[in-house]
Amino acid sequence: MAAERIARVCVIGAGTIGSLLAAHLSRVAEVSVLTRRPEHAAALAREGLRVSGKSELVGRVRASDDAGELPPFELGIIAVKATELEQVAARLAGLARGATMMTIQNGLGAEEVVARHGDWPLISSVTFMSGTRHSDTHVEYELDTATWLGPWARTGTSMDTVEAVARLINESGLRAEAFTDLVPAQWSKLIFNSAVNSVAALTGLPHVALFADEDALGPVVRRLVDEGKAVAAAAGVELYEDPWEMNLLAVARGETNRSDYAHVPSMLEDVLAHRQTEVDFIAGAVVREAARLGIDVPLTAAVHRLIRGREASWTLRAQPKRVPA
Amino acid sequence: MDAAGAAEAGPGMRICVVGVGAVGSLFAAHLAQVDEIEVWGYDVAADHVDAINERGLRLIGEADLVGRVRATTDPAELPPCEFGIVATKSMYTRQAIAQTAHAFSDGAVASVQNGVGNEEVIAEHVERVIRGTTFPAGRVVEPGVVYMDVRGDTWLGPFEPRPASLEQVTRLAEAMTAGGMNAKALEDARGAQWTKLIFNAATNPIGALTQLTHGRVCELAETRRLVSQLVAEGKAVADALGITLDSDPDELVDHAAEVAYEHRASMLQDVLAERATEIDALNGGIVRFGSEQGIPTPLNEAITALIKGLEFSWRQPR
Repeated sequence: MAAERIARVCVIGAGTIGSLLAAHLSRVAEVSVLTRRPEHAAALAREGLRVSGKSELVGRVRASDDAGELPPFELGIIAVKATELEQVAARLAGLARGATMMTIQNGLGAEEVVARHGDWPLISSVTFMSGTRHSDTHVEYELDTATWLGPWARTGTSMDTVEAVARLINESGLRAEAFTDLVPAQWSKLIFNSAVNSVAALTGLPHVALFADEDALGPVVRRLVDEGKAVAAAAGVELYEDPWEMNLLAVARGETNRSDYAHVPSMLEDVLAHRQTEVDFIAGAVVREAARLGIDVPLTAAVHRLIRGREASWTLRAQPKRVPA
Repeated sequence: MDAAGAAEAGPGMRICVVGVGAVGSLFAAHLAQVDEIEVWGYDVAADHVDAINERGLRLIGEADLVGRVRATTDPAELPPCEFGIVATKSMYTRQAIAQTAHAFSDGAVASVQNGVGNEEVIAEHVERVIRGTTFPAGRVVEPGVVYMDVRGDTWLGPFEPRPASLEQVTRLAEAMTAGGMNAKALEDARGAQWTKLIFNAATNPIGALTQLTHGRVCELAETRRLVSQLVAEGKAVADALGITLDSDPDELVDHAAEVAYEHRASMLQDVLAERATEIDALNGGIVRFGSEQGIPTPLNEAITALIKGLEFSWRQPR
């Protein structure tokens, strides 16, 4: 795919982010959606995909739960959770030759997973937009912040392609920005999420002002951020933004400084719904990188272990009571 | 015969239990079994106090007895007492002892509460203080009735900065033992207290944050490791304070996994009921003593902040 217009897009995974992308992009391209459940695909084909909130529209999309039935496309956007990526990438293996694939997962390592299943040129991205999924066919667009894209260096994706995708997303009514090197921004967001999402998941708190309060959770969030920054420094990554400043900015923003409108990080949503979280790809990724680089991250390791324990509280069955010998 | 009359049976002793919740009731009802001891109880729960005065204080479960206890919600009614036993949750110590201190101007006051820091608060109000640690546990099942879940020992010793005499400590320990609550008087009770503190601070908040039973916390390598890291910070602070622990808290953790696999830590029970926890007297206590000794306790600090965040979340709109 050169810099020519992208006419056909496939969005893989129609959660909150996937739904926002699919509905908006349907204004400027032919959009197909790959779902996990057949009834989800049927509902999308029947009713379209409604967006309320920061945008108001109903997008027309083709949808299927069978990767083999997807129409051809030039751009695939893989918008499933990091926890489902391996399985979804395996379903795409051998398909969509010549297409460019874009990953948008939280944390690190999504590109490596996808690259194991095909030789598509890859685009890395991180998104700061957010919303709430009300049903299979209705998503509310809440934070209209940007998605950042960059070429994944190992597949030699051209910058022209990245810019074409960013242009398409901007034309669709969402916001996007192209970067020649996304790694600094990816790490900024990784470190921000490792601190903020972990603390939210463990305390049950949305991202409220307490996260920046020196007499409350501020010191914990700051130390998690500092551990992440030490790992980034050892990895030779110069951060795009300071994650602690991102925390201050987020809690000062109109939507979040009033606790009744505070953003509920996705990891807290997962905990409340007793779903497996993305902690292994976020705090867990910081811990793995730290181990590789010989950096000590005791607090990040602690929150990673606590959240893994919390997941175990709803996935493990009660063990038979052991009797002392 | 009213309770005061019991004192005529011999060289009497008057004891007031401050905070007649589960643990306070265990002490009050057992002490009331001794004829020579007149037992008073102070508590803010009027229905519990009324039931105790009408029908006596009844223990079931691991105990089966009724104690005659004079209970009151009005501290002004308390007569001078030889001993006080403070058994409130640690966050109510200050308020409870400020209300009742007048009854102990010639007596000595023991804490049998969780965590550390309670004796320091009591000593702001009374002259002679006894450091105490207790293992029995129970729960109030209805006003005037307490279910005793586990029996266990109590260790008492003079609180060093404002000590009761060892003779007083021994007299109280003998009174408890005579009532059926086995107690030991020690010159230095800090080892027992810090052993229990470190055990509780390493296990309670992990249970509360993960919602895992004690057995499962120990079974998962990841959470078990965290418990050991918290134990290590606590031991470093105890070392700096010159305290010799009674036993290795890490071994207690594994022992408890065998005998109390399905136990939900009391802090987890508090969290599930959205009640304030005793985090300040547990991990918060380790952090405070650590900082006085110049010993870093980063993990205990973080755990304290997370539990306080969790407590704050219950006041969020939802």
